[in-house]
Amino acid sequence: MAHILLRHRDIENIKKLDVYRQHGGYEALKKALTMTPAEVTNVVKASGLRGRGGAGFPTGLKWTFIPKGAQEVYVTINSDESEMGTFKDRELLEYNPHQVIEGALICAYAVGAKRIYNYMRGEFMDAGYAFEEAVQECYAAGLLGENILGSDFSCDMAPYYGAGAYICGEETALLNSLMGELGQPWSKPPFPAIEGLYHKPTVVNNTETLANVPAIISNGADWYKSMGTEKSTGPKIVCLSGHVNKPGNYEVIMGLTYRELIYDEQYGGGIPGGKKFKAMLPSGGSGPVVKEDALDAPITYEGLDKFGSVMGSASVVIMDETTDMVWMAMKCVHFFKHESCGKCTPCREGTYWMDQLLHKIYHGHGTAEDLRVLKSVAGQIGGRTLCALGDFAINPVLSTIRHFPEEYEAKVKGNSPLNGNR
Amino acid sequence: MSDLITLTIDGTAVSVPKGTLVVDAAKKIGNDIPVFCYHPKLEPVGMCRMCLVEIGLPVRDRATGELVLNADGTPQVNFGRTLQTGCTIVVSEGMVVRTNTQPVDEARESVIEFLLSSHPLDCPICDKGGECPLQNLTMAHGAGTTQMDYSLKLKMDKHVPLGELIYLDRERCIQCARCIRFQEEIVDDPVIRFHNRGRSLEIVTLSDPGFDSYWSGNTTDICPVGALTTSDFRFGARPWELIPVASISVHSPAGANLTFSTRREAKSGGRSVIKRVLPRQNENVNEIWIHDRDRFVHQFADAPDRLQKPLIRKNGQLVEAGWEEAIELVAHKLNGLGEKAAGLSGDRLSNEDLFLFQKFLRQGVKTPHLDLGNRTIMGGDVTAKVGISSGSNLGELGQGDAIVVVASDLHEEEPIWWLRVKQAAQRGATLVILSARPTRLDKFASHTIYYRPGEAVATTRQLLNAAKIAVETAEPDPIKTAADALINAQNLVAFYGAEGLTLAETDTIARLLGNLLLVKGEQPHAGRKNNGLIAVWPHNNTQGAWDMGIHPAFGPGYKALDIPGKDAAAIYAGVQSGEISALYVAGTDPIGDGLLADRGKLDFLVVQELFLTETAKLADVVLPAQSWAERDGTFTSGERRVQRYYPAIPPVGESREDWRILAQIGEKLGLGKTPFAASLVFKEVATAVPAYKGMDYRSLARVEEQWPIIGRSDLYYGGTAYDNKHGLGQQWAAAAEAAAVESFDTADTPTNQPDGIRLIRAAALFTPGTLINHAEVLAERLAKPTLWVNEADASHLQVADGYVVNVAVNGRAVPAIVQMNGKLLKGTAVLRGVPYFPGVVQLEVIGNR
Repeated sequence: MAHILLRHRDIENIKKLDVYRQHGGYEALKKALTMTPAEVTNVVKASGLRGRGGAGFPTGLKWTFIPKGAQEVYVTINSDESEMGTFKDRELLEYNPHQVIEGALICAYAVGAKRIYNYMRGEFMDAGYAFEEAVQECYAAGLLGENILGSDFSCDMAPYYGAGAYICGEETALLNSLMGELGQPWSKPPFPAIEGLYHKPTVVNNTETLANVPAIISNGADWYKSMGTEKSTGPKIVCLSGHVNKPGNYEVIMGLTYRELIYDEQYGGGIPGGKKFKAMLPSGGSGPVVKEDALDAPITYEGLDKFGSVMGSASVVIMDETTDMVWMAMKCVHFFKHESCGKCTPCREGTYWMDQLLHKIYHGHGTAEDLRVLKSVAGQIGGRTLCALGDFAINPVLSTIRHFPEEYEAKVKGNSPLNGNR
Repeated sequence: MSDLITLTIDGTAVSVPKGTLVVDAAKKIGNDIPVFCYHPKLEPVGMCRMCLVEIGLPVRDRATGELVLNADGTPQVNFGRTLQTGCTIVVSEGMVVRTNTQPVDEARESVIEFLLSSHPLDCPICDKGGECPLQNLTMAHGAGTTQMDYSLKLKMDKHVPLGELIYLDRERCIQCARCIRFQEEIVDDPVIRFHNRGRSLEIVTLSDPGFDSYWSGNTTDICPVGALTTSDFRFGARPWELIPVASISVHSPAGANLTFSTRREAKSGGRSVIKRVLPRQNENVNEIWIHDRDRFVHQFADAPDRLQKPLIRKNGQLVEAGWEEAIELVAHKLNGLGEKAAGLSGDRLSNEDLFLFQKFLRQGVKTPHLDLGNRTIMGGDVTAKVGISSGSNLGELGQGDAIVVVASDLHEEEPIWWLRVKQAAQRGATLVILSARPTRLDKFASHTIYYRPGEAVATTRQLLNAAKIAVETAEPDPIKTAADALINAQNLVAFYGAEGLTLAETDTIARLLGNLLLVKGEQPHAGRKNNGLIAVWPHNNTQGAWDMGIHPAFGPGYKALDIPGKDAAAIYAGVQSGEISALYVAGTDPIGDGLLADRGKLDFLVVQELFLTETAKLADVVLPAQSWAERDGTFTSGERRVQRYYPAIPPVGESREDWRILAQIGEKLGLGKTPFAASLVFKEVATAVPAYKGMDYRSLARVEEQWPIIGRSDLYYGGTAYDNKHGLGQQWAAAAEAAAVESFDTADTPTNQPDGIRLIRAAALFTPGTLINHAEVLAERLAKPTLWVNEADASHLQVADGYVVNVAVNGRAVPAIVQMNGKLLKGTAVLRGVPYFPGVVQLEVIGNR
């Protein structure tokens, strides 16, 4: 099957503008420019495309939130890919940047924006350089700047490198950072669509989301809807890592099961050494861990609902039978403690506290009381923080305590057989 | 649709204005939703999560928009999945708020637990202990225990100076960002910011010197914990030992309302001393903010070099004497001198002092010669007619209104007015600035017009003339555009100062602006609420001095005198020529100010003062006066608001109130019995000054409910600004409020427009002076003499940044540091941090290094 997003795997050098155009590149933009902005939005809406950054908000609907007649509108591509185990956007930016640019331009046309920012993770230098090169090519070819493709539509694009904060993947923190402010989220409302960058209406879309847009415009909503399930249409890039034979990005049509993803030869190809599956983080460090019973769930936005987890950005981390789940939880929480922006009390204090407790428990100094306090602290963070980071931080803790209580108990009793296994 | 929104909070229906936040709506019905980061003067941020409540909205049918009803006919309400922050949610019709449910209680308990998990709990030694919102809310909502293992607690620095005035205790800080937000949102001095993230989040200063803001002390007031403390108060006293005493700023013409916290101390020999100065809420004056001069200058009151006893010159030496002897001597010497005697006063004295000063001289000594010792600005007679109307509140100006500021740097001269004007501009008021140089207010102005020094009157006249012409001029010029914006405004307030102006020029500008307020003929701006003229007086009671008749041509209440006396300049000349043989000086220092070289041909010099000033050193009799902190009295602000202050500390030594000294000498000259109290003097004032009719100490002490509710014992909004229980003051009505006033005669004023580079003097908040020099904590903040020049002029003068040059001022060479300022007009130079000199002089630089 030909890729829709990871097209560079089928077509060599598609990161070059001429190659991209030889293979139909910017035809979707051309087509969009013949439509009214409202028509473009409606096609995207009808396609059922949902945000690929993890939250799954309907993309077309998001575009309609931009107030009609707004004079100054911004589009911001969220390429601050920082979730543990997520590495899909960097591949798109590095090898297929024009598809992202084209998607962003179609979005800008649909919402009436004259300026697009790409907020890229600062550490992804190669991806950044490749993207910058593509932007230069576009300017030279009249695909960015004044009167794009001879139309009335003018739009600029500015790549921007983040300074290394996970929280800046949260849209309001991203916008604050882009404005030169401290990278802390703000309390919504106001939502960015009403008051975003420089207090103007702003669309913030994930890189992969926008990469879907050209194909939707070219082939129509019905074509797109024919893929996937009713509520989860189209392709999704899954970042597979951990204990699998063939880790990497896989473009799948939503509806594939996790079991197929892990064991199918064209995807993960099974677990090294034939070891048994133990658990999986379906959404990087921020989603609850699931056990084997969830393997037959489809990779869709709602597929893991009944297992208490989420697809999220589809960063699937596989853990085999030898993995120490307390260690895993500790590593995740340490990450969130390090990345908490500190703005709201429960997250700032709670992640620090959980990190302390988990280190204590993991290193064998914990008591049953520490375990109880850990649960209590996690419960006190949940649902009370300003942004989602606090809720993310408790997911690896509460889900491992729920699924693997015996491992915690062994730790506090000092007889864990798994100590240190990663 | 009505502007009132009705919602239900814990079963109680409440109607509040549209746009009200849930926490404020709850506070109105006495339901205190706990808050830390929320402050009604700041934009809500929802950071601390203390105000989490259940918020439900009525369900509406998507198709019809009708309310969906329950079986019992009540509207169906949909509560969100999670708790929401009451401080960020605006009320909406039919909203249902629950603040007393188990999830809410649990959320409060856990936020408290989280905050305390890294809080040092050093309340026993914390300055905030006893008036700390964290303590209060812990008692109210905390579990009383913690699950925290103390060994896991974070340790951080406890003595981090952000500047020499403000210290940060990083352990106590709960990262609510009130201080940061105050500096950014309220006073536009974003000199402190968060640094780092997560649990390492800390407040740092970005300026050099640290925390370089005139408003820094306010952050310690609004800090809901003891993280920020002032260097003058930290570890100085416990809040419950402190007695609050209401007072008024002794420096600033806006009349900021203050509270002294006093305590009896062993180290002061059992005397009560002022431990700290805090704002007292007056939403019409200073809201809940004061600048650092008002906060820290009080130290002069307790200075060790205060005069303790009367001094009499005997055998060429000033020696201590008793009051009886001193009073006898002064009365004897002045008796019958008539026009040979003259009086000079300062404008920091109270209305009572000033009233009796003029009465003593005019009726006791029988001389018409009296004036302020160092008058720098005229126009009191103009503001009496078209001054800002009674009932006005600068806080109400906004969209559709306009403010014009002429020849004044409000940020330096009266930061409170700067703040109020800035906020009005931010609310949408048109701000027009006429200035010889850029100021901090410019960035908020819609129209900024720079003139060359010496051209202030001409430029103001152009503005007035442009405002009078109804037709559009062919070429839009900036002055015409500004004039139109002013004249078409709903409300118009005009400020004028004295920067770079002679006395005569300030008088003309006051009249020109007076006429601007009268341009609209039948319906002039003058006389209406939120309209009128404000003189940026140099001191706290310059207005009172005008009202009391400290003027050679006016008696109390602006009663024109048939035969005017000599003004200060003529009195100084008379001292030198011998025409004046006796001089009575109260609260001013002409020799120290360089206005008078020496005693001249005086036979007799009396000085009534706090300190042994340069003038006092040459006096025959020195009479020790009480500072305003030691007694009661009234000041009248530049907005003509008469306000009371109260005695906070016992008198120093044998010092007496200025008015009492004058009355006691007056008694010997046949002026009748000395009044018992200041309130009785004020009664006399209210009789003599028609505008003060109906005022007395009781009416001045009247208060009414103010919003937000600050400073109550519940500490609801946190912070140590005090509730106002001792009087909001009374504004007296300008003449234009009652009847139409004639436009003012604005004859041309001779101006000095020297060749070469024109030099003017700029005020600085911390210009060295008698009082401020006694405030040790401000020593490093005192303005250093600085010369601002344009780059082109600098290269012409062969100087550059950092050069020290000698500038000729009043015949003296003043060393000043050169600072190049690209925004200055070519040919304009500004000298800052030096004593006052009037008008414009030619810049003379004598040598440089």
